[in-house]
Amino acid sequence: MATIELQNIAHQYDPQGDSAYALNNISEVWQDCGAYALLGPSGCGKTTLLNIISGLLRPSEGRVLFDSVDVTSLSPEQRNIAQVFQFPVVYDTLTVAENLAFPLKNRGLPKSQVDRRVSEVLAMLELTHRAHNRASRLSADDKQKISLGRGLVRTDVRAVLFDEPLTVIDPHLKWHLRTELKKIHREFQHTMIYVTHDQTEALTFADKVIVMYEGSVVQIGTPPELFEKPRHTFVGRFIGTPGMNVFEVNLQGHSAWIGNQEIKLDRSYELIDGPVELGIRPEYVALSPSEGVAARIVAVEDVGRHLVVRTQVEDQTVNVIVKEGSAIPESPHLVFSPDKLNVYQNSCLAEPKVL
Amino acid sequence: MLELRNVSLQVQGETYIDDVCLTLERGKLNLLLGPTLSGKTSLMRLMAGLDTPSSGEILFDGESVVGKPVQQRNVAMVYQQFINYPTLSVFENIASPLRVARLSRSEIADKVARAAELLQLKDLLDRSPGELSGGQQQRVALARALVKQADLVLLDEPLANLDYKLREELRSQLPELFAEQGVVLVYATTEPMEALALGGMTACLHQGRITQYGPTLELYNQPAMLQTAKSFSDPPLNVIDLQVRQGQFRNGGTGNGFQALSRRYENVPDGDYHLAIRPYHLSLSPNSDACLEFSGKATVTELTGSESFIHFEFDGNFWVALVHGIVETSAGQDVTFYVDTGNPFLFDHEQRLVPMPGSGS
Amino acid sequence: MKTKNNKAWFLILPVLALVAISAVIPLITVVNYSFQDSFGNNEFFWVGTEWFQELTQSERFHNALQRTLLFSALVLLIEIPLGIAIALAMPRKGFGVTVCLVLMALPLLVPWNVVGTIWQVFSRVDIGLLGYGLASAGIDYNYTQDVADAWITLVVMDVWHWTSLVVLLCYSGLVAIPEAYYQAARIDGASRWSVFRYIQLPKMKRVLLIAVLLRFMDSFMIYTEPFVVTGGGPGNATTFLSIDLVQMAVGQFDLGPAAAMSLVYFLIILLVCWVFYTVMINYDQAGQESTGGRGHG
Repeated sequence: MATIELQNIAHQYDPQGDSAYALNNISEVWQDCGAYALLGPSGCGKTTLLNIISGLLRPSEGRVLFDSVDVTSLSPEQRNIAQVFQFPVVYDTLTVAENLAFPLKNRGLPKSQVDRRVSEVLAMLELTHRAHNRASRLSADDKQKISLGRGLVRTDVRAVLFDEPLTVIDPHLKWHLRTELKKIHREFQHTMIYVTHDQTEALTFADKVIVMYEGSVVQIGTPPELFEKPRHTFVGRFIGTPGMNVFEVNLQGHSAWIGNQEIKLDRSYELIDGPVELGIRPEYVALSPSEGVAARIVAVEDVGRHLVVRTQVEDQTVNVIVKEGSAIPESPHLVFSPDKLNVYQNSCLAEPKVL
Repeated sequence: MLELRNVSLQVQGETYIDDVCLTLERGKLNLLLGPTLSGKTSLMRLMAGLDTPSSGEILFDGESVVGKPVQQRNVAMVYQQFINYPTLSVFENIASPLRVARLSRSEIADKVARAAELLQLKDLLDRSPGELSGGQQQRVALARALVKQADLVLLDEPLANLDYKLREELRSQLPELFAEQGVVLVYATTEPMEALALGGMTACLHQGRITQYGPTLELYNQPAMLQTAKSFSDPPLNVIDLQVRQGQFRNGGTGNGFQALSRRYENVPDGDYHLAIRPYHLSLSPNSDACLEFSGKATVTELTGSESFIHFEFDGNFWVALVHGIVETSAGQDVTFYVDTGNPFLFDHEQRLVPMPGSGS
Repeated sequence: MKTKNNKAWFLILPVLALVAISAVIPLITVVNYSFQDSFGNNEFFWVGTEWFQELTQSERFHNALQRTLLFSALVLLIEIPLGIAIALAMPRKGFGVTVCLVLMALPLLVPWNVVGTIWQVFSRVDIGLLGYGLASAGIDYNYTQDVADAWITLVVMDVWHWTSLVVLLCYSGLVAIPEAYYQAARIDGASRWSVFRYIQLPKMKRVLLIAVLLRFMDSFMIYTEPFVVTGGGPGNATTFLSIDLVQMAVGQFDLGPAAAMSLVYFLIILLVCWVFYTVMINYDQAGQESTGGRGHG
């Protein structure tokens, strides 16, 4: 369990050449025992950051500290972390139990201690009945469990890092494995850092989510915070299925105008220059037959648990989530919950004028 | 129209496809839904003519195509791994099937331009696939399939290797892309949400057999087999075993709590049954008189901001409930969920759906 | 499970004809000879399995067989570990890769009789670099007269010639291992030896099997190089099966026994190949069972 601190981390893969920075000046502190997720699209730098934390990659600039000790020059085994990769990494010729015992044997621990710890971890992962099977013969999700187990088996492990570990797992088993991870975190309180591009995985797993984009950290917050108040339109769009509706408006005092239609805001915003956009989640838009902003329905998708109604207002797309079995009005109007509207200027969240 | 009659495939003693009968129409999106290793790729390879079935007939527009080499059939296939010719430019990649068909230069340029326009590749035509991102590479593969104007287009989990958000984007564009051509479009996926979002017709596959085939929403709302309901559920389906004795539902020893169900399903013969409840049908407060109650202890809660997944345990059953909004629970906390009896599915001991009496179709 | 296109069979006819003339018919002739005796002048008469029976008791045959087996064993024992070691030492990325690959390929490109000639001259005590050098260093070395020296020379020559093949095969197996395995091993604190034993060696199993098969077959059949260097001598110390066979057939013109011996020789190799093939198929099937995940979906 460690408090991890990053000071001015930046990384360029090809220092001699003129390649872009994979990571731009990141400074963060992550508390002991937390479950964190690094969330972002491909190429945003999340795996690079993870490898810098684990020690597999040495950053071009900056320092990494574990519990205030500079570990930037230390190798992964010296930092005492565990990493689970995208596809399962198991030692084919060893049995499941031997796989789990491997890291402990390499440290020269006595056999009795090793056996005890291995049976504990086997029970935790529900693999006791397979302890003596060859690791190569297990299914993909069991192999991932073994990879995870090898990390957990060391009682003094400082942090467990996950690099998109559920990529090869079936959707049904993804649920099971994810809840297992959460249970393990709750019980053993390891610092866990999880890299993914799947926002559902990130939001369900982590206490705090770090959203990254093009090498920089865009926002850090709890899942509800990221959901309710995204500080950047990118975060708004990235989180949620479908993502936040973002459309251009003209601000005038207490109202936003989309074309000739008025949307009332619950507070006044400073008149600002530059493109202004309104953001609201589809969950907070309602359909009504008469009051609100007139819209044209483009499509209705039934995704089982609710309906997603895709509408157009003045050439801009607004999605609405409507409960299963609801009636769609003939001439639909959109009603926006005023307290859920966020104003964005230059894609960043704008603060309301304090009266 | 693609027709499969009693198609089976055995390889080295193992059955990969077991007695499959399907009729896939042109102009419709046909989905193959099932977990990994259920036979989706094997079935697609049979449809394409890359493999020959051990038994059965495959007919395209009435003509048997078994044994016809793939080069002679007008088939396009897009794979999960982005497969493009690595040494050719994007333009050449898209043009390759047209060059094989020996079209004139102007025709080729015209068709490539149109496909590139549809898939937003106009500015990337002279790059090589190695320089493109995953999403762009897959769009090149799709453009190549599009431009061939094949009669049969097979998409084998084409979006599985892409980012979550990119997947959403491309998914909404896919049906329109191939709609105008009137092709037989077959799309394989493991994700039920994807199937629902795409619509069309779905064939549910499990261990090489088709458990159900019909309009996607119909499979979702009226699963004929327990396995179909399971395949179509994300989060996983909650199932409990019940027995009917003398017209009363009971679970193990007690018949408590299931009177509402007994009233709903009158005249159901005695025997063993499975009750399947979708996670979002479990709510924290009763919303009608006819409700079933399930009480247990919460184990873990996952929050996504808009929804909460509450995992709970009762009598050895591990279930998950999906509720709107943010609901925090602590491990071990007592929770009670209510289900309106109109919502669950009842399956008999052979895992067939028992239709709800008095309800419409 | 390919779709059928019968016209392709016609393309094989010219090759079939060639193979028939150059291989099948001579093979049948050899089988024919093995059951007959001749007195020069193309007079043949049937002797049944007499030659085969004589062969099983022939001391000459057994000695030659033992020498050949010993040679193959020595060569395998040195080349396989050495090949693995060199492959492990080769860089996997960067400029050095091309340089190493070219260096490794060079010995394989030399024609076999030239290899023999190179080493023959090289080892000569009067004009050879190695021979002369050893003599001036005071070491008693003469491959034409000393049995041990002759054997050493032949083994070293074979190692020089063929280790590269093992290296290249093992290298291709090593390069296919994903980086994540090495990363995981680092994190697990595995020693260099553990990485080799638990990651690299298992992943190289298949290519190693091919390497061992190829090297065994080639070394068992070896003819040109030892013939050029020692001619089978001194005495018959390096008379391997192939050399013995040629001496009998061409030198003594004893076609019957020679034909019988060559058939037995051929069958031994066939048996070894079949064993290897069966092992490889079983290994392949075991490998396929264990690939869960997105393989055949």
